[in-house]
Amino acid sequence: MSALLQVRGLSRHYGQRVGCEDVSFDLHPGELLCVVGESGSGKSTLLNTVAAQLAPTAGSVRYRQRDGEWLELGTLSEADRRRLAREEWGFVTQNPRDGLRLNVSAGANVAERLMALGMRNYSQLRGIARSWLERVEIDASRIDDAPTGFSGGMQQRLQIARTLVTQPRLVFMDEPTAGLDVSVQARILDLLRRLVNELGLAAVMVTHDLAVARLLAARTMVMQGGRVVETGLTDQILDDPQHPYTQLLVSSVLTT
Amino acid sequence: MTSALMLELRDLSKSFQLHHQHGARLNVLRGLDLRLHAGECVVLSGPSGAGKSTLLRVIYANYRPTFGAVHVRHDDRWLDLAKATSHEVLDVRRRTLGYVSQFLRVIPRVPTLDIVAEPAVQMGASTENARQRASDLLHRLNVPERLWQLPPGTFSGGEQQRVNIARGLIVPRPVLLLDEPTASLDADNRAVVAELLAEARAAGSAVLGIFHDEDMRDRVATRLFPMQALEAA
Amino acid sequence: MTPSYNFAFLDEDTKRMLRRALLKAVAIPGYQVPFGSREMPLPYGWGTGGIQVTAALLGPDDVLKVIDQGADDTTNAVNIRRFFARVAGVATTEHTADATLIQTRHRIPETSLREDQILVFQVPEPEPLRTLEPREAETRTLHALADYGLMHVKLYEDIAQYGHIATSYDYPVLVDGRFLTSPSPIPKFDNPKMDHSPALMLFGAGREKRLYAIPPYTRVESLAFEDHPFEIQRWEHRCELCGSGESYLDEVVVDDRGTRMFVCSDTDFCGQRRAEAQA
Repeated sequence: MSALLQVRGLSRHYGQRVGCEDVSFDLHPGELLCVVGESGSGKSTLLNTVAAQLAPTAGSVRYRQRDGEWLELGTLSEADRRRLAREEWGFVTQNPRDGLRLNVSAGANVAERLMALGMRNYSQLRGIARSWLERVEIDASRIDDAPTGFSGGMQQRLQIARTLVTQPRLVFMDEPTAGLDVSVQARILDLLRRLVNELGLAAVMVTHDLAVARLLAARTMVMQGGRVVETGLTDQILDDPQHPYTQLLVSSVLTT
Repeated sequence: MTSALMLELRDLSKSFQLHHQHGARLNVLRGLDLRLHAGECVVLSGPSGAGKSTLLRVIYANYRPTFGAVHVRHDDRWLDLAKATSHEVLDVRRRTLGYVSQFLRVIPRVPTLDIVAEPAVQMGASTENARQRASDLLHRLNVPERLWQLPPGTFSGGEQQRVNIARGLIVPRPVLLLDEPTASLDADNRAVVAELLAEARAAGSAVLGIFHDEDMRDRVATRLFPMQALEAA
Repeated sequence: MTPSYNFAFLDEDTKRMLRRALLKAVAIPGYQVPFGSREMPLPYGWGTGGIQVTAALLGPDDVLKVIDQGADDTTNAVNIRRFFARVAGVATTEHTADATLIQTRHRIPETSLREDQILVFQVPEPEPLRTLEPREAETRTLHALADYGLMHVKLYEDIAQYGHIATSYDYPVLVDGRFLTSPSPIPKFDNPKMDHSPALMLFGAGREKRLYAIPPYTRVESLAFEDHPFEIQRWEHRCELCGSGESYLDEVVVDDRGTRMFVCSDTDFCGQRRAEAQA
């Protein structure tokens, strides 16, 4: 199977400070890769650089589009970058308030990406919005309510619906469950797991929570100080960690 | 024996280096050779601490070997899992190498039937077909039908283990690794598992397992592979 | 004419700057062109953008008409008309057909415009996406990429809340199939008049320092959904003064007991019809 995304030697510096350094990986279609590490390990910088929201200091990111053609993201125009973000990618932010449009209804939040793709039939938009609300376990009767009145977990589920409604091929997720209650987290993780399977999504997810990686990702990368210190199958990394930092990470979480 | 060779371990060693325990090093496996053919059931025997579970995990690539090779016949070509890429290992696990442990890894909120059906769905079966096969297996393993729509998190140890076996056997795989899958089962259910394994072998699967229960071991083993604990280095 | 002012109040360099911006605006229909908006002897919100555009266009032979909400006799219209009469000495009129230049706030005259006429709109907010996207850099990018899905979010919200597209004025249009444009706060009743209009239409926003244009005979489409097409306002009443059933009507309270009547908002159009009826 051919890769969907090829990251090679990717670095992003902030002046003298290193965000991420010399990161390489491949992502295959339908595969979810977790990037784990503590705050400041560079995982969010990596995510944003791969998603072409930050310009790399060095290295390259290549993406294979729906039509099979490889794109070099570093040379992409703003127009092409936005077209990709709109038509083939999705981005789920940690704080749903950053990813939602809070002053418009839940239905409009879900329908926006479809309208951006040119769908102009109100009843159809409405029907799709309703079915997606149900898919993320939000009562469809709340379709006209503003997300400001939703709980944090509902807002995050709404963001997921809003992102996945266009059936993107590649989704970037930045700590989608951090900052939520544990019970709410479990529901969202299960939802993501199901949707990723059903839609055959490829995804890169950043998390500091190894349990999230265990549940969702076949493969995991461990970052420390901007560098990838260990990479492999998630169960290998959690059950047989090699690097001292990974061992520390695993032992601090799983001994409870 | 003329059956096809399915798995070959060569000079396999595994040690754990514990960086946060003053760099302590645990040697568990050293210089191990093993050949497994289609249709046989090799049972690992030896005292606890001999590294039997570790060996299965190394073969499954859950643990990474420190030295040596794990050759698996995958699609009629040989692949060394010690050197394979993550994507290759995943493909081997999906189609060639099955692993059933003592413990079911429960996924929150997913009903039993779907947990069992999942490997079949991943292999491309329709949901309907996969659920049918899952039902058949759960029936044979005497998991009451009223439990099928519940997530197995609250089931008894024996029920969870049977769900786990069903999940491990729903897709016929050329090589099966079994880590005490019958530990908490009663005699009737052990008999069912023995039957299922006999069927898998008859269909050409090679089985490598750990069974502490002697009765079970006698019933399923075609050969024993003795293991000894290594002294700490 | 008051001789101590330059013709039409603005100095010639400023007028040239405005004309250059206007030429650019005409060349790129619907595109918002930045310009160096000057302090005018009126507060923002009173039509300073429109006045500057008018000042840059006026010649001694022009005949100026100024309307506010369709009427020639409201404070804003009277003020601006008198202003230009004083500082430019041009002829003024209330008759649409007689004017060469019409400055307007919130209406397009009912009488069809001609190729030799220019309509200048006063614009409070030139950016149609502003209520949905407060960042100027972002709205400019959206225009550059013609990425206008966001505007439909607003229309979607209308239908979701009111069952129909409730936006009744400043109804967004797509100019020449390219730029999403605010028609200024005219009622959507007037939107169809913009499509392929023979007259040049210019828009000035003084506070926002933007001007833009819809050249003659340009395609102007009002956004809509397939199953909720664009519609203009309709009344069950006719104008109680001239009997017109095709014009935009204002509902006015005529006494202290709340008696109401519907009359044409375009005072010139209504007056002409009544004059014709009497003749």
